[in-house]
Amino acid sequence: MQCFVGIDLGSTTTKAVVMNEDLQVIGRGITNSRSNYDVAAEVAKQEALLNARFYLFRHSLDGVRALDGRLDSFLDQLVRDFRLEQFLEQLADLEQTCTANAAPDRFGADTAALHEALAEIFRRLNREAPAQFAAGANRKSDFFRDIAGSRYLAVGEEVAGECKLPFDYVLNVYDRSIIDVENRISDESLSDKLMRALDRTFIAFDDLSAASDAVRAPVKAALDMTLEETYVIGTGYGRARLPFSKEHIRSEILCHGLGAHVMYPDTATVLDIGGQDTKAIQVDPAGIVENFQMNDRCAAGCGRYLGYIADEMNLGLHELGPLALKSTRNVRINSTCTVFAGAELRDRLSLGEAREDILAGLHRAIILRAMSILSRSGGIRDQFTFTGGVANNGAAVKALKQLIKENYGDLTINIDPDSIYTGALGAATFARRAIEADAAQAGGH
Amino acid sequence: MSNAAPQDVIKEPSMLKQKEMIDTNFKSLSTANEEGRKVCSTFVPGNLNELLMCFDLVRNFPEINALQNGMRKKTGRLIMEAERNGQSEDVCTYVKSDLGMMLQGNIGPTGDKLPDPDVLLLSYTGCFTFMKWFELVREHYDCETIMLHVPYQADGKITQNMRDYVVKQLKEDVIPTLERVSGVKFDMDRLRQYMRESAKAEDDLVWILQSAKNKPSPIDAFFGGVYYIGPIFTAFRGTEAATEYYRTLRGEIEQRLANGQGPVTPEGDFGKERFRLVVEGTPNYTNFREFWKMFYDEGAVVVASTYTKVGGVYDFGFRHDPDHPIESLADYCLGCYTNLSLPARIRMLCNYMEDYQADGLVINSVKSCNSFSAGQLLMLREIEKRTGKPAAFIETDLVDPRYFSAANVKNRLESYFQMLQQKGAIQAA
Amino acid sequence: MTVQEIVDRCQALFDDLDFNAVKDWKAAEPGRKAIGYLPIYVPREIIHAAGMLPVGIFGGGDQLEVIHGDAYYQSYICRIPRSTIELGLTGRLDSLDGMLFPSICDVIRNLSGMWQLLFKDKYVRYFDVPQTYRDDIAGTFYIHELQSLRDDLGELVGRPISDDDLRQSIAVYNDNRKAIAALYQYRAERPWQAPTSELYLLLRAGMVLPVEEHSQLLRDYVAAAAEEERPRRDNCRVVVNGVFCEQPPLGLIKSLELAGCYVVDDDFLLITRWLLDDVPTAGDPLENLSKAFLHHSAATSAKFEPDKADKGKFLIEQVRSSGAEGVIFAAPSFCDPALLDRPMLQEALNKVDIPFTAFKYAENTGQLQAIREQAGTFADSIKLWSA
Repeated sequence: MQCFVGIDLGSTTTKAVVMNEDLQVIGRGITNSRSNYDVAAEVAKQEALLNARFYLFRHSLDGVRALDGRLDSFLDQLVRDFRLEQFLEQLADLEQTCTANAAPDRFGADTAALHEALAEIFRRLNREAPAQFAAGANRKSDFFRDIAGSRYLAVGEEVAGECKLPFDYVLNVYDRSIIDVENRISDESLSDKLMRALDRTFIAFDDLSAASDAVRAPVKAALDMTLEETYVIGTGYGRARLPFSKEHIRSEILCHGLGAHVMYPDTATVLDIGGQDTKAIQVDPAGIVENFQMNDRCAAGCGRYLGYIADEMNLGLHELGPLALKSTRNVRINSTCTVFAGAELRDRLSLGEAREDILAGLHRAIILRAMSILSRSGGIRDQFTFTGGVANNGAAVKALKQLIKENYGDLTINIDPDSIYTGALGAATFARRAIEADAAQAGGH
Repeated sequence: MSNAAPQDVIKEPSMLKQKEMIDTNFKSLSTANEEGRKVCSTFVPGNLNELLMCFDLVRNFPEINALQNGMRKKTGRLIMEAERNGQSEDVCTYVKSDLGMMLQGNIGPTGDKLPDPDVLLLSYTGCFTFMKWFELVREHYDCETIMLHVPYQADGKITQNMRDYVVKQLKEDVIPTLERVSGVKFDMDRLRQYMRESAKAEDDLVWILQSAKNKPSPIDAFFGGVYYIGPIFTAFRGTEAATEYYRTLRGEIEQRLANGQGPVTPEGDFGKERFRLVVEGTPNYTNFREFWKMFYDEGAVVVASTYTKVGGVYDFGFRHDPDHPIESLADYCLGCYTNLSLPARIRMLCNYMEDYQADGLVINSVKSCNSFSAGQLLMLREIEKRTGKPAAFIETDLVDPRYFSAANVKNRLESYFQMLQQKGAIQAA
Repeated sequence: MTVQEIVDRCQALFDDLDFNAVKDWKAAEPGRKAIGYLPIYVPREIIHAAGMLPVGIFGGGDQLEVIHGDAYYQSYICRIPRSTIELGLTGRLDSLDGMLFPSICDVIRNLSGMWQLLFKDKYVRYFDVPQTYRDDIAGTFYIHELQSLRDDLGELVGRPISDDDLRQSIAVYNDNRKAIAALYQYRAERPWQAPTSELYLLLRAGMVLPVEEHSQLLRDYVAAAAEEERPRRDNCRVVVNGVFCEQPPLGLIKSLELAGCYVVDDDFLLITRWLLDDVPTAGDPLENLSKAFLHHSAATSAKFEPDKADKGKFLIEQVRSSGAEGVIFAAPSFCDPALLDRPMLQEALNKVDIPFTAFKYAENTGQLQAIREQAGTFADSIKLWSA
């Protein structure tokens, strides 16, 4: 089938969306942007195509009687099993790479001991892996670097202690290896990995063994269908680094404008707060950008600022919003300068102000910056669509809603939980339109 | 876009001529002290070149030194030097580049030593920072400083009171002081003669800038324009050399026009003209070529700019007038672009948008120049409203490399050009 | 009235970003008009002579949330124009019938044009003052400018402003300058009795109150202050320089004293002390105002110093006459005049061995800890040095 792919190469994450001919989104993928944009784009695209595969499975398994009433849980299990397979594959790669990097020229007499320690670390990591991908397991992140990294450090410290080996050695080989591993794209076919995952899923659903063929056949059929990458469009901050020709690249402003329009066709004003920048975009009724403004060269008030604050407070980024929502008092924070964020924070804390109140003030300060950029772009018109990573932060959303009401009155405010894909969605839509335009041109001649 | 390899920069006769003129002036500056010629440092807006020539003064322009140093990538170091010496990171980088150069022995952009000035002519036109700049320079030299206070055209017109004030300062303060410093008696006829030359060059300059009304435009009126204004905004206004330069340049452009050619770029001929733009604001000099490339690679040509009016606004009829020399010097100073009110600047830009059939406006807002930058966001909004054409806003600096983020600028420009293209495609359909 | 009552009243006026004092003054008599002005100097005598209330607009302070004002400015421009625009766009300056923008710097200059565009129904004037000082050249120009302002305001109130009106207003402002000079002198002598945060609030009150009432308030304060004995601290004595336009937050001013520095002279609200001597009330009033400006006005960064030898002289004289032991340079971030002037003033202080320290602020600076530490260290070093 024909597929239209949009890839949004952001500063922190890379997103991909796959669309079919009818402009339906059939797959989404996300990965961390890492140091290698090519790989990030490729991985995000593979993830989106994989996601599209599951979309196809769902369709083809829809009529299978044995799965009546539990198609969702079956597919969820299949996804988890597939993730586990993927994880194990990368873990094997990591073990091999670490072992190779634990060479005598660097570790001398300790090399053998280090090899033994590594073998033990990976034995334990392999052993605990299935539990991490079990139903209901709580993973901090879906990216290999995050899951494997945090566990490697924990297990590595244990093992190093047991083997009387400096933990630094263990750390050192990991640091030398992770980037290579992260940037290697698997050469194993998707189909093989999926079939192994399916075997695992049948273990979980052991009563299905009788209907095994009835389930396997449609999955196989869906797997055999080619997903043709008919047209790919790249966007995002790193788009210039994509190995794409100029026709295959659109600015993120255009893509965000169109993406927001696709999600909410009555969108007139879009606000996107990402890691590196804040964008205010005005679109016409067809989703075409009429005007836009971005934050100036300083990153004050962007998502990254929240990152600094989280680090400063020793909290996870996702913990900031909920904590700020507990605030009971207004604290005015005037600076959204990332450089001063830490100092201001410590100053406030030393004055005895409550953490949650300061956090609420910080969120309001960020949104104030965004309000100014919106004002610069021509203000907020109905409907208003808020996208980007910060749109998932409840405290930021609360401050935004309040300020919009104070300054512009009652407006429809759209926030899609998947708004992180807005840019990629716009890019995919451009990809679909590019083919239409080509066809129209061909017809015209 | 071009057949020429990127490294060979195409030079036309006018360019070679200009290069020679600039080199000559730097050489003449470098030997002035030893040869006993007197030197005057002064600013571009409101510069009184014809008058200074009447006193045989060699003219040194600190702004030009700063921008030339910027183009040669020397300013980063100079600015840091000034900051180490107590200047704030917040303030104008032209000033800091100049002070840094002084601190490091006053070696000019071409490697020639710059002379100690005998007089600082503080033509106080359109920029408050000029005043602090020369107070700071004065700290280093024991020389006369002449303040020529040019009132601001706040209501968009030159009043008789403003003109009288400037004329009186010229007659009763500037000229007598210059006579005293130089030892040369003022000769009005000599001034008239220089002014006749000025007016000739000004006629040709206006023709050149207005050639951009053609489609395709044979010139780039900002990136190219920066070179075109070089002689007339500096030490050459009123000289025969300038007259000749502009005659040659005009001939070249007439030829390009006849051939239906676009502008010359550092990489050869411009490709297809896709977007016609008006630019407000100054260039960035540290990454001048890189910045320009972001435009011509996209087929964007600048058809009119305000920066090419900082050393004199000639395209609305003003000329140096040999019949009223002092009065016309006053009007010249009062009329420079940065001495115009914000509403007047907006009107001028809207005119340009219409007369030059521009598709859009790009504002390059520089950290260093509040005279230009403060209020540009309102200008942008007003001009969009009045013309219905979209505008883009870019932030860089004049000569501080720390303020040029290529990725950031390119991102904005690309987004803007794609937006223009999309809009254009819809309008065409 | 007690000190506390006076200070409370001034604090309330300071906190009121809606300028209710101006509204009340206008409402008291139909047809009254008010004219706003920005730092540093305008001849308020002319506004007063027209029967109008001159109102000083000194930004939005640290309590105003700036949204729309920020939309007009890049990050490398100071704060005062943004908060001033915010005040205007949110209707807080609606009670003003006009605005005067003195020639201080390019930012405020351009703000005058922005005001023309944003508030089309208001009287807006850029008030140019000479940077040369000869009566026959600059004086002639300046008197014309004064006359033109006089004509404009006369038109606005529907009656010409007579010479006698002007002479009377000059006398009223001479009196105000006397009252302010007395307050400054009192503080310089007994800084623990008249803390700078209070002096500052008193000066700010003068930006919105009728001048006659303000002069009385100043005298009441000095009288009331003399009635109370307040604890004297072992602080050093400093002159604050650079705060002539965008204002530091009140917290910052308090911090200086808490950190161990008594401010004994400063350049806050320079308009109140711009003219150094009484302006003669006899003779041509505009000529008198002009001569006072050209020959007897304060030195500041926004004013040209024709003689290199005189650079810094005014500041050094402030230090000497107030008995200060050092100078604190406090300049708003991105303030070209103050920041470019600073190295020259510092050089002048170096030559006469006056110690100084320097920092930047913004009107909404939230972090005072660093400033407190810096001022405290400065105070300690002065004590060590003089011991």
